[in-house]
Amino acid sequence: MFKKDITPGAKSKVKSSVQRTIRSKVLEQYPLLEPYIEDILPKKEQLDLVKLPDRIALYALGTTPLFFQHMDDPLLPHLTLIHRYPRCFPTLRIDRGAIRFVLSGATLMTPGLTSPGGRLPNDPNDAEGRYGKKELEAGEVVVIEAEGKEHACMVGVLKVGTEEMKRVKKGQACEAGHYLGDGLWSLSLG
Amino acid sequence: MATATYPIQVTYCGICSLPPEYCEFGGTTKKCEEWLEEKLPDMHSKLYSQEVLEQNMSALSVDAQKRAEKDSQKKAARAEAASAKLAETRATSKVLIKRIERNKRKYVTAVQGLEAFGLDIKKVAKDFGKKFATGSSVTKVPGGGEEITVQGDLSDDIFDYVVENYKDVPEDNLECIEDKKKKKADG
Ligand SMILES: [Zn+2]
Repeated sequence: MFKKDITPGAKSKVKSSVQRTIRSKVLEQYPLLEPYIEDILPKKEQLDLVKLPDRIALYALGTTPLFFQHMDDPLLPHLTLIHRYPRCFPTLRIDRGAIRFVLSGATLMTPGLTSPGGRLPNDPNDAEGRYGKKELEAGEVVVIEAEGKEHACMVGVLKVGTEEMKRVKKGQACEAGHYLGDGLWSLSLG
Repeated sequence: MATATYPIQVTYCGICSLPPEYCEFGGTTKKCEEWLEEKLPDMHSKLYSQEVLEQNMSALSVDAQKRAEKDSQKKAARAEAASAKLAETRATSKVLIKRIERNKRKYVTAVQGLEAFGLDIKKVAKDFGKKFATGSSVTKVPGGGEEITVQGDLSDDIFDYVVENYKDVPEDNLECIEDKKKKKADG
């Protein structure tokens, strides 16, 4: 979505009724954020909407970007938000070899997730259960972590479900939504 | 482990802006490492220890290592070329501070070309407005670029202020000019 550098468009204040809707949508999509929602989207503070190219809207609090959305698609969290609240989103892990492809904006391929360094839900190598027990469906928003790294490197929308990935073990897995170093990452709201 | 207190404070690299554990994938790895060593020695010794480096290597096949190596060299070359180009545009870019007569004895001062020096024009305009307690606005100029228009005859003051506060703009690249009204210029 943001392979190129982007210039932010007009910034406008979000009406309080719309702000409430966004808040409830965020909670509906990411229920694990519930304990922190007042810190992330304080009721009393003014949320801004920044228009980005290709009909993408970015919601920000002051200079802090929070969520972005293409038209009426699901709200996707900005990576800095994920870094602050890492365990609150459905998460998968890629192996080390896939990192450099993801960071250059390539579509994430299934072998990066099914290889020994990758992690999917119910992974036999995931004793801690960090990647959950619930299989994810195509169309769900996922955060992508990386082997040997602490912080997430990408967030995107699944092209195929995780069960199918385990079966087929090839093909495209997840569209590059927003990744470390892309145009959205480099955007300054100052 | 699960009881970590949120929000987690994340440190980002002062050179490439990524979390430092990802610096190795950018084109400025060397500079990043130097920065980290100076600013956050603890994190540096953790991320660049022999053990970690070996672990990183062993996670990839020899073939993949070679490809990754090539890739990062290419990236480094690209980053270097980009920074050389930036240095060149900065060396050759001029900032024009123009005194324009609006009405008799009423002047505005227009400043052009600051964006070539990596400055946020809107922020600079705000700074001007605050510093000189006057109206200051940003307009697009035909042919690309942005111009700051400040109310009042402030050419010399702005010259000094830019030299003093924006160290990335060399004094030699600043130029004050006068844009008289046509009528007057003829006479
Ligand atoms: Zn770095």
